[in-house]
Amino acid sequence: MIEIITSNYAAAYAAKLSRVEVIAAYPITPQTSISEKLAELVDTGEMDAKYIKVESEHSAMAAVIGASYVGARTFTATSSQGLALMHENLIWAAGVNRPIVMPVAARALSGPWTIWSDHSDVISERDAGWMQFFCENNQETLDMTIMAYKIAEDREIMTPAMVIEDGFILSHTVEAVDMPSQEEVDDFLPPFDPEFKIDFKSEPRRYAGVLAPDWWQEHRYRRMLDMEHSKEKIVEVERDFERRFGRSYGGLVEFYRCDDADVALVIAGAPTGTAKDVVDEMRDRGKKVGLVKLRSFRPFPGEELVKLNDMVSMVGVFDKSYTMGQGGAFFQEIRNALYSPDGVPIKNYIGGLGGRDVTKKNIELIFEDLLSLSKKGKVDRIIDWVALKGGPRRWE
Amino acid sequence: MAKLPLPKEEYLYRGHAACPGCGAPLAMRYTMKALGPRVIMNVPAGCTPVIGGVWPRTAFKFDMMDHAFESTGAVSSGIRAALDAKGIEDATVLGWAGDGGTVDIGLQALSGAVDRGTDFIYVMMDNEAYMNTGIQCSGSTPIGAWTTTTPLGKKCEIILQRKKKIMEMMVANGIVYGATVNVAYPEDFVKRVRKATEYEGPKFIHALSPCAPGWRVDTAKTVEVARLATQTNMFPLYEVQGNEYRLTKTIKERKPVSEYLKTQGRFRRISEDMAIKIQAMVDEEYEELLRKVEQSKG
Ligand SMILES: Cc1ncc(C[n+]2csc(CCOP(=O)(O)OP(=O)(O)O)c2C)c(N)n1
Repeated sequence: MIEIITSNYAAAYAAKLSRVEVIAAYPITPQTSISEKLAELVDTGEMDAKYIKVESEHSAMAAVIGASYVGARTFTATSSQGLALMHENLIWAAGVNRPIVMPVAARALSGPWTIWSDHSDVISERDAGWMQFFCENNQETLDMTIMAYKIAEDREIMTPAMVIEDGFILSHTVEAVDMPSQEEVDDFLPPFDPEFKIDFKSEPRRYAGVLAPDWWQEHRYRRMLDMEHSKEKIVEVERDFERRFGRSYGGLVEFYRCDDADVALVIAGAPTGTAKDVVDEMRDRGKKVGLVKLRSFRPFPGEELVKLNDMVSMVGVFDKSYTMGQGGAFFQEIRNALYSPDGVPIKNYIGGLGGRDVTKKNIELIFEDLLSLSKKGKVDRIIDWVALKGGPRRWE
Repeated sequence: MAKLPLPKEEYLYRGHAACPGCGAPLAMRYTMKALGPRVIMNVPAGCTPVIGGVWPRTAFKFDMMDHAFESTGAVSSGIRAALDAKGIEDATVLGWAGDGGTVDIGLQALSGAVDRGTDFIYVMMDNEAYMNTGIQCSGSTPIGAWTTTTPLGKKCEIILQRKKKIMEMMVANGIVYGATVNVAYPEDFVKRVRKATEYEGPKFIHALSPCAPGWRVDTAKTVEVARLATQTNMFPLYEVQGNEYRLTKTIKERKPVSEYLKTQGRFRRISEDMAIKIQAMVDEEYEELLRKVEQSKG
């Protein structure tokens, strides 16, 4: 059934279709309408779940961690400062293998105050041990949230997942979304059945106790394997999803018109849609440009991205956040993955921060820059800020 | 010696890692004797996780989960919600935290859990300082006590705080049942915790539990010192149902506070003047409690 809804509502309906049993949520712009919609669905009885009205995001995460130990499928959602406040418990959730699924309406981190979109909140949590999936549109938010449970709850993975929707740009914009039926989703997503849970059926256990130095390193190694193993699972789950629902997204990364491209731009989240349009238009004008949609940042698809070395002669990476190191986080890691003595030159573009529009014109200028650099065969400046007031003239 | 009418079951294995003379294992034994095995205990940072030993062993014969320091109230709400969702009705959710984890960093989550009406028992194991990190002052450290952050040096300015009135805060917050208990009075301890199970909603147990190294007392004197706290009215035993107060232990011959202070090295630098002030404060607070008890009768 086609519904015209925001990405926030898509996330809420995905929770309902996934038969979430415990929800804990705390309001923050632009996430709030997810928690409101779920409160309404629980209140009207359309959804059979316990809704915990917590007093903070830190507690929201704590509550779902607790609930998950009893074997309940859990859900929360947040954004920006809320995600930052959760930090300690995000790490806890991943460290103790709780497969919590959480949409994040990505928003810049304050101060000064900002409520608008970029990826700096989720990027700040890249090392929290969560899977991080970036969505291009509202349909993907819905589909990915459902898929995220199946991936996260796999007994070999048991890792929490963030489903990232760009704040306002997706969270508050209505689009046509094809809503699967409850039967279809039930058939796809089995009930949560973890190997270890507190149900008083086995000997009492202590969960998440003290791990001494003689085991901690092995614990981290296990977590690494869980994350690595999730790569296969993501692809497998998506294939299954495509077979049943007829929609697919390309696994960890989607290569869009890259086959005979001279240059490619790696991009994630909502700007992907804009960039695909630009690629199509430039292709019509005979420009050989391609796009790489980064769907999963955690796990990091290094093996997929390294293919770019043989595909194109110049790579651009667009970061909708800035890390106070050398370039954006996507750039740092992608350059790492692609590095080899004869690897392709690579350049970073920073833009769309704090709600600044990422326009078609911006993207076109990026592609033009990449095309001209590819002729020269080398990168002049490694990091460029897109459409920066007082920045280089080429963006004006 | 008379036999204690306590349940025989033990829920602590031998070989836990508490310091000699620690009150916490006593508090935990009494709590568990009162509650029985269908308990999910959740515990933040503090001494208790250490007492439980390191993976893969556990000293606890009940389901227990560890979590971040300030999260006890919230984790308790989550466990309760999941039990409800799963239709498990006969299990007790037990949040168990130290005084720092309760009156300071965990206060927000605890207050939220009480406000939500979470059906759980919260035990605050009060050893009157941050003991796991090595005896730093908490909001529950009594006036005049030495800790590593109230060193009682030249200025002596930072020792004038008094214990936060956590029970009052919890009563105002909306607990259905509250009680102060003391490891020196095991029968009363078990009775109060058991009584807490008769109510649905948030219950708060404030348990006094000495820390021998932190209080600077002989490891053999834990129970003696704890008993003195109640005998001097430093830590009166009472219960609150809704907002009706009742003394659960009446002290026939109240002992002077100085007798309690004398037993512990942490009070060694208290002056005569200060001891008099503390006595006056204890008297005043006890009067206030008695007034509440009287009002509850009327
Ligand atoms: C967010 C955070 N801050 C600080 C700590 C360090 N820490 C661990 S235990 C503890 C003291 C606990 O004191 P209390 O709650 O009174 O319990 P006790 O150790 O006395 O049992 C502190 C400060 C922590 N684990 N987490």
